[in-house]
Amino acid sequence: MNTTARTPSGAHRFWGTLRAWLTTKDHKKIAVLYLLTITLFFVIGGVIATIMRIELAGPGEDVVSAEAYNRLFSLHGVIMVWFFLIPAVPTVLGNYLIPLMIGAPDLAFPRLNLASWYVFVAGGALTLVAMVTGGVDTGWTFYTPYSSTFSQSHVVLTVCGIFLAGVSSIFTGLNFIVTIHKLRAPGLTWFRLPLFVWTHYATSIILVLATPVLGMTLLLVLIEHAVGIGIFDPAYGGDPLLFQHFFWFYSHPAVYVMILPGMGVVSEVICCFSRRRIFGYRFIAWATLAIAVFGFLVWGHHMFVSGQSYLASLVFSVLSYLVAVPSAIKVFNWLATLYGGAIRLDTPMLYVLGFIGLFTVGGVTGVVLATLAVDVHLHDTYFVVAHFHTIMVGGMVMAYLAGLHFWWPKMTGRRYDERLGRLGAVLVFVGFLLTFLPQFILGYQGLPRRVATYDERFHLLQVMSSAGASVLALGYLVPAVALVKSLFGKAEPAGRNPWGATGLEWQTTSPPPAENFLAQPVVTGDAYDYPNAPAPVAARGGAHG
Amino acid sequence: MVVGLATLGVFATMGYFVWRYRYRPGVNETGRDVPGSTRLEVGWTIATTVVFGGIFALGAAGFAERQHVPAGRDVEDVLVVGKQWMWKFQHGGGRREIAVLHVPVGRVVRLSLTSEDVIHSFYVPAFRVKQDALPGRTTTLWFEATTPGTYPFACAEYCGGEHSRMVGQIVAMPAEAYDAWLEHREPGEMPLAAAGREVFARHDCATCHDTHANKPAPPLEGLVGRRRVFEDGAALVADEAYLRESVLEPSARVVAGYAVAGRSPMPSYAGVLTNEELFELLYYLRTLKDATGVSR
Ligand code: HEC
Ligand SMILES: [Cu+2]
Ligand SMILES: [Cu+2]
Repeated sequence: MNTTARTPSGAHRFWGTLRAWLTTKDHKKIAVLYLLTITLFFVIGGVIATIMRIELAGPGEDVVSAEAYNRLFSLHGVIMVWFFLIPAVPTVLGNYLIPLMIGAPDLAFPRLNLASWYVFVAGGALTLVAMVTGGVDTGWTFYTPYSSTFSQSHVVLTVCGIFLAGVSSIFTGLNFIVTIHKLRAPGLTWFRLPLFVWTHYATSIILVLATPVLGMTLLLVLIEHAVGIGIFDPAYGGDPLLFQHFFWFYSHPAVYVMILPGMGVVSEVICCFSRRRIFGYRFIAWATLAIAVFGFLVWGHHMFVSGQSYLASLVFSVLSYLVAVPSAIKVFNWLATLYGGAIRLDTPMLYVLGFIGLFTVGGVTGVVLATLAVDVHLHDTYFVVAHFHTIMVGGMVMAYLAGLHFWWPKMTGRRYDERLGRLGAVLVFVGFLLTFLPQFILGYQGLPRRVATYDERFHLLQVMSSAGASVLALGYLVPAVALVKSLFGKAEPAGRNPWGATGLEWQTTSPPPAENFLAQPVVTGDAYDYPNAPAPVAARGGAHG
Repeated sequence: MVVGLATLGVFATMGYFVWRYRYRPGVNETGRDVPGSTRLEVGWTIATTVVFGGIFALGAAGFAERQHVPAGRDVEDVLVVGKQWMWKFQHGGGRREIAVLHVPVGRVVRLSLTSEDVIHSFYVPAFRVKQDALPGRTTTLWFEATTPGTYPFACAEYCGGEHSRMVGQIVAMPAEAYDAWLEHREPGEMPLAAAGREVFARHDCATCHDTHANKPAPPLEGLVGRRRVFEDGAALVADEAYLRESVLEPSARVVAGYAVAGRSPMPSYAGVLTNEELFELLYYLRTLKDATGVSR
């Protein structure tokens, strides 16, 4: 930057490039803008998590005070959920790939796409301002009446930030739905779409239908907080449980916003590295939609001990099992896809195998939690923390990294160091288990979540978890190094189709031209025609071939 | 158990397939072309549904058991009030304590939980019970200690600042020892029924609810468990929740024949009674159940 800024023409060029990026309507460049933004948020959220794990290594208030700890876990949740997990796969990979996968020149509404990024950045900025000026201490769940009338922290600012992130989500969801309906290449029928596109379609529907409820709920909290009109606080005639119903009506489907796109990545990668068609294409597609629909009907499983009625708890428990069935179907189909394959363990595939394993652990512990009598004990303990981190970090982040490695050559035209890549995948997986297995046990032993201090008897497992977290942190550095390194120096060019993958995105150059395809592609067959796909090209660091 | 096996099964299958079908140049250059199998899909869908159904039934049965105190058991009532950041207890026998809760072994202990500010959650890991304490509402929870000893409890719902220090101990003691302990009342502590009777007198409930005189309000003896019919024709069997509603929101359901201009002539006591007074009052009304001379 300094070197370019030295000469007037260099400075001119720099500002010109910056302006071009900030006003771009190219979905590929917007995806890169998103990539940079959410990486920043991931780093912030990760640093906060590190401080939390250091604090938790001792039973007292060792490093930070309880007040500070409460702010840390609240911000960790807010940032990771709304500024990383929800946007990550859709706004980066989805944004980049959906037009390419369906043979379109761009998304249906390029300006809306750029606007969504600006709104997102504005929301993030508000949240960061709230963070540096004192933070918020309500947890990411903002339970009332604590958030609306008791908390002295920056509830208003943070809630506005999240509200904007929600608006951005709605923009993205709308854009994807219209694009997938209207811009498919000739011959690309619904059941020929890559499953990645299916999962983004389902995700977009959830975003568009559920996010407005979040927005409305947050506004109600603001109204009670700022104006004192009783909505949730019984002291003003409100109902504290009403908030929980609204909040989880959004936040349970939001879980599927985080995981469904990841499942799309998994389906793409597992076929490519098994050299097989996906097993049960239609079942996976329908299971995806089923998850999206049933996901709206299970919010009350977060409220079994909240005081909701017995009957409501029964019904929500049944429905939660129903949503687990299509998830299980997906896992079985992925396993069956491995059967009879020619499996290569490149970095994306390692991440995907990690995903399947951890998603199973997360899903199965979810079933444990949906079991009424058991949830009474485990609700709001470390078991829940470990459960959803297994789905979110073990599942969603693994899938995101798988996708990032898989399409990196397409996005940059360069190959990364395969050996470093694999090392990263293994470290992330091992680090994850070391961090969260102890937390499952802690929860079973009865340690409530969100505590800055805890009893001596939980000490050993807490130390183990913190030690595991350091491995996990290291694990995240490795892929960062591997990917960034490929951008500098003499990296190996990727060519159009380094993995020998099917799918329209691999038929254009890497990186693709601004208009994506020089001629309109036409689709003549089903997705994942691996029996007739070109052979993969081994990378220099890779050992196969 | 079942779920543990299922997880192991997935890991094992995955491991086996990855090893068995690893890429070997010359042996399997590309994957076999297996299109999928509707029979398999339907099979595993049904199998998972059945297994999940079984787990649900077990869980629901255990949960149902927790909904009502087992019939015919002696019940020890305790009022639990959560407050940033402490737990306050008031025993049926009148004693009050903070952060420590004495209970008798071998008797059902029923907690009535409420909160003075935000939502808290009373959690006793050893007894596998947890229930949120909400402001403006009462929830209940019961357990039975079977062995004397101390059992930690905690607040499970994040409630701000010192949430992690909102912990304490349950001291389970033999029933006789507990009864003796209950007798050691501090000055100012009195058995709940007596305290409730005082609240009843203090707030002039008797002016209307005079026991044997009929009118201007229904008699209150033996109310719990009796069938009530309302102005709008609806009916229910009176329970504790109904008593509470009658006191806090008299016009929500008006006993047939007592409405004046469509409303209950009884004033609402919401905001007039403290949490403790309400608990004492309801406790007292419940003890009226065997009173003789119940009129209709
Ligand atoms: C002004 C007279 C009046 C006063 C004072 C009064 N009540 Fe009532 N109460 C009534 C009337 C009339 C009804 C029947 C109509 C209804 O259901 O609200 C009633 C109903 C009830 C019921 C439901 C009875 C049933 O048969 O279902 C309960 C319980 C009750 N009152 C408790 C109390 C308590 C406790 C107090 C004192 C804190 C109190 N009331 C004070 C007039 C009064
Ligand atoms: Cu949920
Ligand atoms: Cu608490």
